[in-house]
Amino acid sequence: MHPNLSFEQAPPISVPFRFFVTAPWFGAAAGLLLAWLGADALASRWTSGALALNHLLVAGFMLQATCGALLQFVPVAAGGNVWRPRLVAGVAHPLLAIAALLLAAAFLFAARALFIAAAAIFAVSIAGYVIVVGFALRRTPAQGPTLMALRLAVAGLAVTAVLGVAMATSLGSGGSLPLIEITHVHAAWGLGGWALMLVMGVSYHVVPMFQLTPPYPVRLAWTLPPALVAVLGLWSWQLGGDAAPWQQAVLLAGMFLASVYAATTLVLQARRRRKVGDPTLFFFRGAMGCLLLIAASTLWFGADADADPRAAVWIGMLAIPGVFVSVISGMLYKIMPFLNWLHLQRLGGPGTMPPNIREMIPERAMLGQMRLHFAAVALLLLAVPLPSLTRPAGLLFAASCAWLGVNLAGGVRSYLRFRDRIVAAGTTVAA
Amino acid sequence: MTNPTQPLRHHHKHCDDIFATAEAQAHAGEWAGCETASAKFIAEMEAHFATEEQVLFPAFETATGMSGGPVAVMRMEHAQMRDLMAQMVVALKARDRNAYGGAADTLLILMQQHNVKEENILYPMCDSSLAATVLDIGGALGERLEGRCQT
Repeated sequence: MHPNLSFEQAPPISVPFRFFVTAPWFGAAAGLLLAWLGADALASRWTSGALALNHLLVAGFMLQATCGALLQFVPVAAGGNVWRPRLVAGVAHPLLAIAALLLAAAFLFAARALFIAAAAIFAVSIAGYVIVVGFALRRTPAQGPTLMALRLAVAGLAVTAVLGVAMATSLGSGGSLPLIEITHVHAAWGLGGWALMLVMGVSYHVVPMFQLTPPYPVRLAWTLPPALVAVLGLWSWQLGGDAAPWQQAVLLAGMFLASVYAATTLVLQARRRRKVGDPTLFFFRGAMGCLLLIAASTLWFGADADADPRAAVWIGMLAIPGVFVSVISGMLYKIMPFLNWLHLQRLGGPGTMPPNIREMIPERAMLGQMRLHFAAVALLLLAVPLPSLTRPAGLLFAASCAWLGVNLAGGVRSYLRFRDRIVAAGTTVAA
Repeated sequence: MTNPTQPLRHHHKHCDDIFATAEAQAHAGEWAGCETASAKFIAEMEAHFATEEQVLFPAFETATGMSGGPVAVMRMEHAQMRDLMAQMVVALKARDRNAYGGAADTLLILMQQHNVKEENILYPMCDSSLAATVLDIGGALGERLEGRCQT
């Protein structure tokens, strides 16, 4: 018998939404910063501008969106009871946002005190978040590859945060940590062990659901997450000193795993029984295409990647705006309108007819924003070999993120408007 | 031995297929085909709901002594899906592609979430609790639904 069957564990709508409406504005800030700094910022991944931009996107946009989504996903799809979600969100959301801004400012102005402050706030907020969500994932009676990937992803977030906090503390206190090696490992755990692992686990669940595709092959679904952890473990070997020659093989193994996941997703989506496409499908496909391009680029650059500092910038553009901002945008466009509908339906009770999900955020607005986003990604990529395009690329990316923010805020306004209507009609059955 | 709830799982896929056809035809503005597919889809969904509500759920409740809980949530979601199918019918009559697509899009997510919950949680509970009863629930479910999957 199932020991803890809870169907009604969805957190209050404000829990995920506060993260969702904040995330895009970090992207807009990153775009504006790039436009302001200009081409010099992208000369290499190590410029203060590139580091600030990067962390606005990964610790701002991506961390906000993924932390919010997980607070919804863990109870609803993985059956995990998150301890006091309203309190966790109320504390983690502002702290993570402040820490991301402080960290970007610390890189930009090389301000030691800001590094220390960012490290302290990240340490507290991520530790709290990882403990609460990790505990929920540990105790859930659910099983399956999605759950395994989510557990590993939360562990990946913890590793990323420990390394990041150590480096920020070192930068703030004039310590002597081997920052280059730690950065290689920190970035791999953040993008691979946390973000990609999370996207994989969620994909196993939502790709078949949203598009009526066949399920991911069972053996593959179970193999990819632990294989990715094994690769990351070997990659972390370089923390002990200089990178060994076999690290290049480990990198290629990681790229192989990412490509298998991306190719499988594209094949499944091509075999979908649902004929009608939507923005979420297009965003997903764009993201998977960028993931395959990362693997192809890594092969192309080969061992010469270190020779041209712009090679890493190219990979970063593909990974962050190309893969993760795309897939997150697509997911937000699906999750937010549906949560609106679900909460309004429950609020009003049987017979309530909330507007359908396409009336929450108009499809035309989503498709328009999506086109702008992919144009921005293309221009950002072009700006790597053609630095004169940097400022327009930054502005375009800022505009696409701002449009995403406006669309999501519109979704919240729709929710509030219909909630007020239901409350005014006096048909409320649940708070 | 196959699980008693196997016909229900099989029938989920059948409903998904007809849904995809109806939605694609509305999207293409082929209203005559959409009308046929929608009618078939709604008939299959109602047959599925009726089979669960009249056969599976009472048998499960009798076998476990558990009323309310998961079964009550499933019944509530059936009601939500019926509301959305009614919206699709209104949109179909009005030949309103957007309204049909919106209601269908909403229904799809609700329906898939519902199916995942049933297939991963409720049906396994039913399979294990009904194994001890002398009633041939699997046979009754199959009799109601297996033939429909061939059409």
